[in-house]
Amino acid sequence: MPWDRNQMAARAAQELEDGMYVNLGIGIPTLVANYVGDKDITLQSENGMLGMGPFPFEGEEDADLINAGKQTITELSRTAYFDSAMSFGMIRGGKIAAAILGAMEVAENGDLANWMIPGKLVKGMGGAMDLVAGVGRVVVVMDHQNKAGESKVLKSCTLPLTGKGVVDRIITNLGVLDVVEGGLKIVECADGVSEDELRAATEATIV
Amino acid sequence: MKKVYGSAAEALDGVLSDGMLIAAGGFGLCGIPELLLQAIKDAGTKNLTFASNNAGVDDFGIGILLQTKQVKKMISSYVGENKEFMRQYLGGELELEFNPQGTLAERMRAGGSGIPGFYTKTGVGTQIAEGKEVKVFDGEEYILERGIVADLSIVKAWKADDTGNLVFRKTARNFNPPAAMCGKVCIVEVEEIVPRGSLDPDSIHLPGIYVHRIIQGEHEKRIEQRTTRPQEEK
Repeated sequence: MPWDRNQMAARAAQELEDGMYVNLGIGIPTLVANYVGDKDITLQSENGMLGMGPFPFEGEEDADLINAGKQTITELSRTAYFDSAMSFGMIRGGKIAAAILGAMEVAENGDLANWMIPGKLVKGMGGAMDLVAGVGRVVVVMDHQNKAGESKVLKSCTLPLTGKGVVDRIITNLGVLDVVEGGLKIVECADGVSEDELRAATEATIV
Repeated sequence: MKKVYGSAAEALDGVLSDGMLIAAGGFGLCGIPELLLQAIKDAGTKNLTFASNNAGVDDFGIGILLQTKQVKKMISSYVGENKEFMRQYLGGELELEFNPQGTLAERMRAGGSGIPGFYTKTGVGTQIAEGKEVKVFDGEEYILERGIVADLSIVKAWKADDTGNLVFRKTARNFNPPAAMCGKVCIVEVEEIVPRGSLDPDSIHLPGIYVHRIIQGEHEKRIEQRTTRPQEEK
């Protein structure tokens, strides 16, 4: 059985180490916060907050306190607020240890596409280009294939790039792959997924 | 100099002109200058360019100026929450310059700090880099981005004193300080104007030197994505 969304998030949480400052993207990456356990992790929200807490209890929402997905959240005893220029100063300046982000496509050279489908979807890159250019380590969490069953782990991206050669590790519903010299290296397969199945579902070169 | 005005319309009087560049604070609907945007709608100023991270939603924020076709161009990082925006953009009625979020914030900060351009790694090797100067520092490529100097800045703060010293609240700070810094004229709307001396000088987020006009008013402060946990989990 391939991993489900929560299992992918739990696997991604293993990437985080005690003391890290981390930025989590929208979608499955947001779920990673549920699986950090006892590790001392500080979550950054790029709209200007370090030390992001969980969603508020009903009736306790504060319009002045949201995350980068515009969802209401809460603060913690360690929380600090700052403006967007400082927020991206710490991102671009390499102070954030890791970002866990979603993707539309990722390529064997570490190229990432997750912001635009030409002619179809005009939303924008938000902070994704800054994050992948600046943070210490970029981990992508995504479904291995699209709805048509085609690989999203490619030899080269077909969509406009978010960053060139920026991805370090890919976690999909089928397993974990690292970007290495010459292609991707299988780190592990999801429970019940064989290495042959993972290879068959991947367009990118596996070394 | 007296900085406190009686209303958004009074504060904007003599400042607005067709075709001007306005830098606006806010992230999503959080910390947006909602009163000043409404007053710009009422004033009917046209062909506006906005440097603003987002474009609001259809009926709130900059969205209300899209409905009246007062906006010619947006400089933004994310516009995904606005159907009217999509319609006008895909129909060729609206220009859009996508900026990575951190690049947009730094363009404002730089423009307000006398820095006409800066080099950044963000966007290297992507569409964003097309047509921009590339320079190699220590073996790595960077692209040149320009500082933004706006004709007008409109921002939202929590509290101000009458000299324009500002305090923001939680994540409603976001783009407001850099947007305030980059305007030739900066108008701020606050929830409360407090007496001089009542703000701790060590806790002021943006000093009044950047602020030219201040208004106080009631804010709707709409929530875009209300997400909660049930009270029973407490």
